[in-house]
Amino acid sequence: MAGVQVANVSRSFGAHKALDNVSIDFADGGFYALLGPSGSGKTTLLRQIAGFDFPDSGRIAIGGESVERVPVEKRRIGMVFQNYALFPNMSVADNVAFGLSVRGEAKATIATEVQRALDLVQLGKLGGRKPHQLSGGQRQRVALARAIVTKPRVLLLDEPLGALDKALRVDMQIELKRIQREIGITTIFVTHDQEEALTMSDRIGILRDGRLVQEGPPEEIYDRPQSEFAATFLGDANIFRGDATGSGIKLPDGTTIAASTGASVPAGAKASCAVRPERIRISTGATKPDPAGANMLTGQVSKRIFAGNNSTYFVDRDGQTLKVIVQNTGAERLAEGQPVVLSWSPGSTVLIAAA
Amino acid sequence: MADQLAIGSRRGLKPALPLLLPAYLWLTVAIFLPLSAMVFFSFMTDLPLAGKEWTFTLGNYAAFFSQSLYSTLLLSSLRLGLEVTLWCVVIGYPAAYVLAKVLKGRSREAIFLLVILPFWSNGLVRIFSWAMVLREGGILDTALNAVLPFKINIDLMYSYPAVIIGLVHSYVPYMVLTCYLTLQAIDDSLIEAGRSLGASRRQVLWRVIIPLSMPGLIAGAALIFVPVVGSFMEPRILGGRTGTFYGTVIEDQFVAVFNWPLGAALSFILLAVVLIILALAAPVLRRAG
Repeated sequence: MAGVQVANVSRSFGAHKALDNVSIDFADGGFYALLGPSGSGKTTLLRQIAGFDFPDSGRIAIGGESVERVPVEKRRIGMVFQNYALFPNMSVADNVAFGLSVRGEAKATIATEVQRALDLVQLGKLGGRKPHQLSGGQRQRVALARAIVTKPRVLLLDEPLGALDKALRVDMQIELKRIQREIGITTIFVTHDQEEALTMSDRIGILRDGRLVQEGPPEEIYDRPQSEFAATFLGDANIFRGDATGSGIKLPDGTTIAASTGASVPAGAKASCAVRPERIRISTGATKPDPAGANMLTGQVSKRIFAGNNSTYFVDRDGQTLKVIVQNTGAERLAEGQPVVLSWSPGSTVLIAAA
Repeated sequence: MADQLAIGSRRGLKPALPLLLPAYLWLTVAIFLPLSAMVFFSFMTDLPLAGKEWTFTLGNYAAFFSQSLYSTLLLSSLRLGLEVTLWCVVIGYPAAYVLAKVLKGRSREAIFLLVILPFWSNGLVRIFSWAMVLREGGILDTALNAVLPFKINIDLMYSYPAVIIGLVHSYVPYMVLTCYLTLQAIDDSLIEAGRSLGASRRQVLWRVIIPLSMPGLIAGAALIFVPVVGSFMEPRILGGRTGTFYGTVIEDQFVAVFNWPLGAALSFILLAVVLIILALAAPVLRRAG
């Protein structure tokens, strides 16, 4: 086991900068998600760590040892591919045995290690099957067993759950997390699914256009996004843009929004505020007033989407559509077209410096 | 599973008939009828032309077994087939690998065109151009002597190597094409998976790529081996005196000696031997594939 350090790594393909001076420290034993839209460079970064491709500049170290020019087969990594990449001509057991066998381990050792790995992923009895006889979830488990049986220093996962249906995905998320804890391996996980990144990882790195936008624990990124992109890509956010006042921002129409979290932006500079839809209270204005100092806006409900345990209201306000999510507590539901008052605390408002 | 398939094919046969018929009619007319005629000829004492007398006989087949010449020639033809197939694998497989896995886009198209270019020229022209290259004082001889500081004498014409060179040249595109198809179907992530598990490029080649491309190798080998064993054009033109093989003897019976019955009988013996070889090889090859 070992941590991974990526320092100032850049990689271009022709004129396209796939990675632009990216630095991340992956601590030993942690579970990391690299999150970003397609083309953000997350898979390129994973391939640099794996060793399928070498960086133009920068340093990559696994367990403190520089590996940026070491070919993949010498890096002692384990990798799970998006399409599983099981060898179709080999049985499940032979697939898992591959890494030990190319290393020249003794037959008896291989047999016990393979059985142990298959037991770990709960496929102990399916060693004799061929990959095409397995379901998607089972193939996923075989791919995982194959990747960890060689006791790699790092486990790399490239959108491993992308091909599974929703229910199976959730099962596999829990399973993957259990296995990762059990063997305590440093795990780096590429995904474009924000929910997956939030629920599974200890830390998340958000990438965009080859740059690392923000990195930290899921709660921190969700509660204190440092950019509009981070705020809207990880979860939903209402964004207000205006001029910084020192304690918040002033919108073009003169309304002020107080913010007590996020960056400190000098008064007068361009800035924006992000508010999560579930932090906003929506009312008809007739009920009890909000505590003093709360941000308050008026608007009109334009649409309501009922989703069982919650409802999403779209509220039109001065040309902007705001999103509010309300838990279904049995309270009266608001009709479309109804004038409403929106309120939220400054503590739920994140100030973001303009890019 | 088998039942379902049977039901499906029974229901599916009627609407499929208009699609199947043209091909099968053509096969019947173009292959089955002439072949039947040849089977018939092979049991006759003489051609039924110009009112010659003829009777049925097994003598043509017996000739193969009574004269060791024929079986000797058949053995050397089989050896020729094996050697040519082997060279086609050695030359064609790496080319197919590069085409399928290394080159992308335009350069792949260009190189691919070069592989199938020989198909567009006449076979006879190709063989005669080899004759120009291989003979003493020919292109190869002249070129090598122009470059090398010492005098060498290259006269490959009318030799066994010349026959091999000509046949390999004619048949290597088949190997490239069949191997290209199977190699191209191998997902690149399988190669990457192999390497991520610690296998060197060579180990990935032997344990992943070659086993997965075995169907292409087998198809290419069958496409090459069978016609090479019966080939006569290349051996005759490039082999000269040394180019007497089973195929050329059959050709002689039809073209020079006018002993069609013997030629037909020899052809069917060849067909039988090739089928037996393929049948014996099938279980081994199926396991390998």
